[in-house]
Amino acid sequence: MIERTPILNAFTYLIMILGLILILGPFWMIFTASTQSLQEVTAVPFNMTPGGDFLKNVHAAWDRANLGPALLNSLITSLLVMVGKIVLAALSAFAIVYFKSPLRHVFFWMVFMTLMLPLEVRVIPTYNIASDVFEPVRWIIQTITGIELSLQWNLLNSYSGLVLPLIATATGTFLYRQFYMTLPDELAEAAKMDGARPLRFFIDILLPLSRTNMLALATIMFVYAWNQYLWPKLMTTDASYQTAMVAMRALVPSVNSLPEWNVSMAGALIIMLPPLVVVAVLQRWFVRGLVSTEK
Amino acid sequence: MNKRAVFKSWWLPVLFALPQLLLILFFFYWPAISVFNWAFSLEPAFGGAGERLFVGFDNFREVFADGEYWRSVSLSLFFAFTATGLSMLIAFVLAICVDRQLKGSGLFRFFYIWPYAIAAPAVGLAFRFIFAPESGLIAVVNTWSPDLWNPAKYGSHAMILIIICFAWKWIGYNFIFMTAGLQSIPRSLLEASSMDGSGPVRRALDIQIPLLAPTLFFLLVLNLTESFVGPDTFGIVDLTTEGGPNKATDVMVYRIVSEAFRGLNYSGAAAQSLVLIALIMVFTFIQFRFVERRVHYK
Repeated sequence: MIERTPILNAFTYLIMILGLILILGPFWMIFTASTQSLQEVTAVPFNMTPGGDFLKNVHAAWDRANLGPALLNSLITSLLVMVGKIVLAALSAFAIVYFKSPLRHVFFWMVFMTLMLPLEVRVIPTYNIASDVFEPVRWIIQTITGIELSLQWNLLNSYSGLVLPLIATATGTFLYRQFYMTLPDELAEAAKMDGARPLRFFIDILLPLSRTNMLALATIMFVYAWNQYLWPKLMTTDASYQTAMVAMRALVPSVNSLPEWNVSMAGALIIMLPPLVVVAVLQRWFVRGLVSTEK
Repeated sequence: MNKRAVFKSWWLPVLFALPQLLLILFFFYWPAISVFNWAFSLEPAFGGAGERLFVGFDNFREVFADGEYWRSVSLSLFFAFTATGLSMLIAFVLAICVDRQLKGSGLFRFFYIWPYAIAAPAVGLAFRFIFAPESGLIAVVNTWSPDLWNPAKYGSHAMILIIICFAWKWIGYNFIFMTAGLQSIPRSLLEASSMDGSGPVRRALDIQIPLLAPTLFFLLVLNLTESFVGPDTFGIVDLTTEGGPNKATDVMVYRIVSEAFRGLNYSGAAAQSLVLIALIMVFTFIQFRFVERRVHYK
């Protein structure tokens, strides 16, 4: 606080409270709608007080969107993406920062370029490759040697298919690279002087030091993976592999049926809760992760 | 990116980089090459096997000759600029208020970050209800006069709806970066200027905004890119308007995906994709140059 100005302070509070209404208002509406009966939720004007039908609505949404397996799929996918991304990022950033090889610039730029190829612009070919991962391998072998292989690996409707393309993203690698760059050079020098090989240095020094970094990356990757929509929507034709975000589509009231927004909102509330809890509880780590990936 | 002390080994870095390298080759570069290939060629007639027919820029010509494409471009531009402006403006005002560090502002900060945790499709579904013409928050205006607000019927209303969704979701992200930026401005600067008699508006205009400029610029480019080609735009449109009514919210990302999947026009979609990739490259190039410079100044 810089100066004592009661009027200005009151004004600041006013704006902050308006902001709070703007941010929390939608959450409150989702919550109240999810507790009301069909009759209450369709009342105009909308009644902002909670009703007593929460469990009933949750139950209806659970059945309609098949939320049990969907939430489990989302959880498995998100955890796998989280762990996979941390391992991959720690390794590849180590290769970029701690070795003097001419190839590292090529590798760095290849990772960097992926930022310019978002999924939306390469949907169909990515779908194709997921349905037949070894297509490029077969093609290369055939053009070079003329031998036609029958190697096939289909990722559609599988956890590997949900996870692998998401792990490939550049974010984590940059976060780790950034972190390694801030470590003092003396660390590696001292380790080398003591005769440590790169692998020992990585396991005994870098990994323990990067614990906070891991937590930060874990929070943002969990939220990122949980909130994925287009990719899981495309590649899970089998309902048993649907993630929660895709299952939410079933909760939109259709034109010809009852506008059961109470059920929709109950489902939406459950689906959006896990990442919200991560962001709220681990906010410090989440913010740190976000701010440092974008540097 | 230069470390003084490095290890010597040729195979270890290759081994360490290999998993990521394979993944990006399979899921980014091979598909990108396909997009490139498709954009300049046509599927053989009747879906027959054989070589794709090279057609040069014909696919692009066809796309650019389509009036609907240009309509989609202008819709996307309008959407991107309005949503970005709205989101950044609100986030900025809130960040400046929180940065005054009054009692309890930590609590406000805690909540302002929340929207970023919510997935775009969930935001879309929630706001579709909140702004539904028959129930929810806004429906009351339709009792005054029928169809005063109806995003399912009027294109402009639908556009407003998706702009609100995007702007609301991104307030959280913009707020995080703006508060981080404002915190790094030395307090003494603000104190000195208030001793010289400047009010909060003057301080915001002459100290905070100029010193925050790198952050603001970074956010501007990022928000524009995200709203133009980002997955959030797709998620929001898919759960609220589905490109309608009458294609009034058929923004470029949504158009490409739906055209490729429903219309089965791979070559046209690929040509449109290449145009988008080129745009992203321009955006990223601007950003990267600028970010590099900022790092340099530190």
